[in-house]
Amino acid sequence: MTPDSQPPAAKAPGRLYRAWDSDLAYKFRTSPVAIVATIVVLVVVVCAVFAPLIAPMNPYNPAALNLMNGFTPPMEPNAFTGEVFLLGTDGQGRDMLSTIMYGTRTSLFVGAMAVLFAMVLGISIGLFAGWQGGWVDSALMRVADVQLAFPAILIALLVFGIARGFLPDNLRDQLAIWVLIVAIGLSDWVQFARVVRGASMVEKNKEYVQAARVIGAHPLKIMFRHILPNVMGPVLVIATISLALAIIAEATLSFLGVGVPPTQPSLGTLIRVGQGFLISGEWWILLFPAVTLLALALSVNLLGDWLRDALNPRLR
Amino acid sequence: MIAFIIRRLLQSIIVMIAVAAVSFALFCFVGDPISSMVGQEASIADRQALRDSLGLNDPIPVQFGRFIGNALQGEFGISYRLQMPVTELILQRLPATLELALVSGTLAFISGLGLGVYTALRRRGVLSNIIMTGSLIGVSLPTFLIGVLLIWVFAVELRWLPSNGRGQVVALGNWWTTGFLTPSGRLALILPAITLGLYQMTLIMRLVRAELLEVLRSDYIKFARARGLPARAVNFGHALKNTLVPVITITGLQLGSIIAFAIITETVFNWPGVGALFISSVRFVDVPVMSAYLMMIALIFVVINLIVDLLYYAVDPRLRIDRAAQSH
Amino acid sequence: MTDAVTEPLLSVRDLVVEFPTRRGVLRALDRVSFDIMPGEVLGMVGESGAGKSITGASIIGLIEPPGRIAGGEIRLKGERIDNLRPEAMRRVRGRRIGMVFQDPLTSLNPLYTVAQQLIETIRTHMDVSEAEARKRAVALLDRVGIPAAARRIDDYPHHFSGGMRQRVVIALALCAEPELVIADEPTTALDVSVQAQIIEVLKDICAERGAAVMLITHDMGVIAETADRVAVLYAGRMAETGPVREVITEALHPYTAGLMGSIPTLTQETDRLVQIPGSMPRLDAIPPGCAFNPRCEHAFAPCREIRPDLMPQGGGREVACWLYDPAKAGELRDA
Repeated sequence: MTPDSQPPAAKAPGRLYRAWDSDLAYKFRTSPVAIVATIVVLVVVVCAVFAPLIAPMNPYNPAALNLMNGFTPPMEPNAFTGEVFLLGTDGQGRDMLSTIMYGTRTSLFVGAMAVLFAMVLGISIGLFAGWQGGWVDSALMRVADVQLAFPAILIALLVFGIARGFLPDNLRDQLAIWVLIVAIGLSDWVQFARVVRGASMVEKNKEYVQAARVIGAHPLKIMFRHILPNVMGPVLVIATISLALAIIAEATLSFLGVGVPPTQPSLGTLIRVGQGFLISGEWWILLFPAVTLLALALSVNLLGDWLRDALNPRLR
Repeated sequence: MIAFIIRRLLQSIIVMIAVAAVSFALFCFVGDPISSMVGQEASIADRQALRDSLGLNDPIPVQFGRFIGNALQGEFGISYRLQMPVTELILQRLPATLELALVSGTLAFISGLGLGVYTALRRRGVLSNIIMTGSLIGVSLPTFLIGVLLIWVFAVELRWLPSNGRGQVVALGNWWTTGFLTPSGRLALILPAITLGLYQMTLIMRLVRAELLEVLRSDYIKFARARGLPARAVNFGHALKNTLVPVITITGLQLGSIIAFAIITETVFNWPGVGALFISSVRFVDVPVMSAYLMMIALIFVVINLIVDLLYYAVDPRLRIDRAAQSH
Repeated sequence: MTDAVTEPLLSVRDLVVEFPTRRGVLRALDRVSFDIMPGEVLGMVGESGAGKSITGASIIGLIEPPGRIAGGEIRLKGERIDNLRPEAMRRVRGRRIGMVFQDPLTSLNPLYTVAQQLIETIRTHMDVSEAEARKRAVALLDRVGIPAAARRIDDYPHHFSGGMRQRVVIALALCAEPELVIADEPTTALDVSVQAQIIEVLKDICAERGAAVMLITHDMGVIAETADRVAVLYAGRMAETGPVREVITEALHPYTAGLMGSIPTLTQETDRLVQIPGSMPRLDAIPPGCAFNPRCEHAFAPCREIRPDLMPQGGGREVACWLYDPAKAGELRDA
């Protein structure tokens, strides 16, 4: 026979409070991994986006280069000019910090655009396939399955090679970035399509959709207003992980020499250049771009992983 | 069972034809074989004559048929860049890639399986967390970066291992060359195998762990525990066996992708395999090599897929529909 | 007929099971107490979420973490089993306590034959040869009603229908000859036509071996047909226990009365089924005092302040309700 006390009266919480107190936000607040990863990503993104404004110099302006500054180790004054560079300089006197910032800019641009492309393509195909059903759906999903069996890098290489073959020489460099974006995007749309198609098929058979069709609502409107919001969670997870993959794919292709043109180096290009200088001992030309790439890819992956666990109701 | 095999075979053939179509399209529309074969000075009439003699002015379906016929005989034309028969080029370099793929695949599977099981069974241990964090790094590290970093540490700084090439190779029969039989060959295999295998190992480890954890949550495992079966029987006899079925399937499929990923590793280590060949063919738009590599990879994938499907069938009794007809 | 007082086979006293969540600690079971006599069938009833399955899981020691037993005692034949080391508890499972789960379609490992699973369990707990184990397995399968047992024992689970699979599950639960069998909703996932058969098999085979049964279900009809005694759970607390016939015809606790009135019968003439207003409270919103008080039409002052414990009412009946000792309630209020 235990006397209990009265529970306190509950007050109606405001919207901001509910967002803050929601499961997702709570998990974010209490996960050091998620917080650190987000900070890293934010720092890198800000540096990349605002590079022209905050970089110490523009490494691709030939006029600003002083060859005498070349091969300066990090934090040591140059033997000839006495200038100090935080991360050292490369063979042509470019400040490493600036080259990395600009390089990240390119990498991020290509990666983000590629994911965007893949997302738009994948979601469209998924919605369409799910909505139509029948042989259209079967055919599209077959193509998706076959493509999924091949590694993305191969597909990206293939698309790149074909596009290259089509373009006349003089346009090749100019359009290389866009070709790269399309190539990586084309290699990555399948996951989006599958998830959205699945959701499409489930929602399509629900009564409210059928009711909307009876009223005469346009299928596109139904798809976007009802189906898409239901599937945003998984799509977000896939998008995050795709971003990491796209960044890595771009770096790989650039490293192999079939990515960005030499005039717009990305982190991959920088690493290839750095590898060449390993033997002669200028380790900083390799290390810092490598660390940046790793930090970026790792943080994005961590975020994606965390997001997946946080949105999975069965892992509580 | 027979119906199943026939169906799969038909599917495979369709895929191969589709890939052949893509390869053929490459030939038709990308680049101009004639320009690569004759110099700048050749006249238009000469070029036309050459086109005729090569059958390049025939209707497309005829050319496609010829293409397939040639492919089936292993005839893929001449490399634009190297002026050598493509088939010879590929065969010459295939053993290097296959050896590398085999070694790294085996390494990846064994260590991936072991680590996956460990981190699933000892979920909350310190070592498990370290391994899982390491695995995330493994997935975020691009293959080429692993190679470059390994070269830096082991070849440049420590000078323990070579950073280049295959070492000394020994010819076996009239085609195969192997690096296993010489010390320099074996040393040269180490870094590239680790580079190529690390990503796969991480993938396998995370897959095994995820699958095992999922299986451990299932009802039959709960029931097995409720019957008082010892932990070893539950974890390995019941849980692991059920995990292996999807794991083996996916790992088998990975074998194909290892061969494709070899492209990167071979470039980093100057390994004389078909991957490096493919990259230079993309760079120089050497269409015959590109298209032959494509067909070869497609064939490998299709064959592996078929074998894995058959394996699945053999391992999972639920797929053997013949006996089910006798239920109750 | 002996008049010796029999010791209970299973004795649960003040069992508390908690689940830490980010909003605080939830009590899935709040001082639950009951006994099971050797050989008897105890029905454990309650709505979804009342705590029936958790009770079964606690007894056999298979609560999913982060849930844990936070207080009380569970005794099997007088010895405590709630605080055993994992290896000791493992030996109790299967050998002394068996368990039957709800869904026969997922209870059996699809990659092993029925023979392999039975023999493995038998040989884990008993020192017999493979051949001997197989003999026993076939006999057991035959006993639970699998036709052509000797042949079908080598089939895989997916070769059996749902009802047949549940018989196999029962065989597996009993093959190590336990003294107590916990059956957690054993027929809920089965066709109605098959349900009665399965309950029959379970009851017969347990009676044969003198094993007691804890039958967890929300289906009062099954309890009425099969159980000797019944225990009613509400919001993680025991509301009433007693012999089946008496609890059904003359329920003491208002909740039990509501439950009985809500069952449609073919014999009684009724205009409307009794409906208990409101619903069972969530575990994080249990009202002070008696958990049922907001829905109870007989509630009076002490019900809203002081929680009633189980009070014996003679004839093996207990009830946790202030209606049956208002004097004591008054005393405690004034204290």
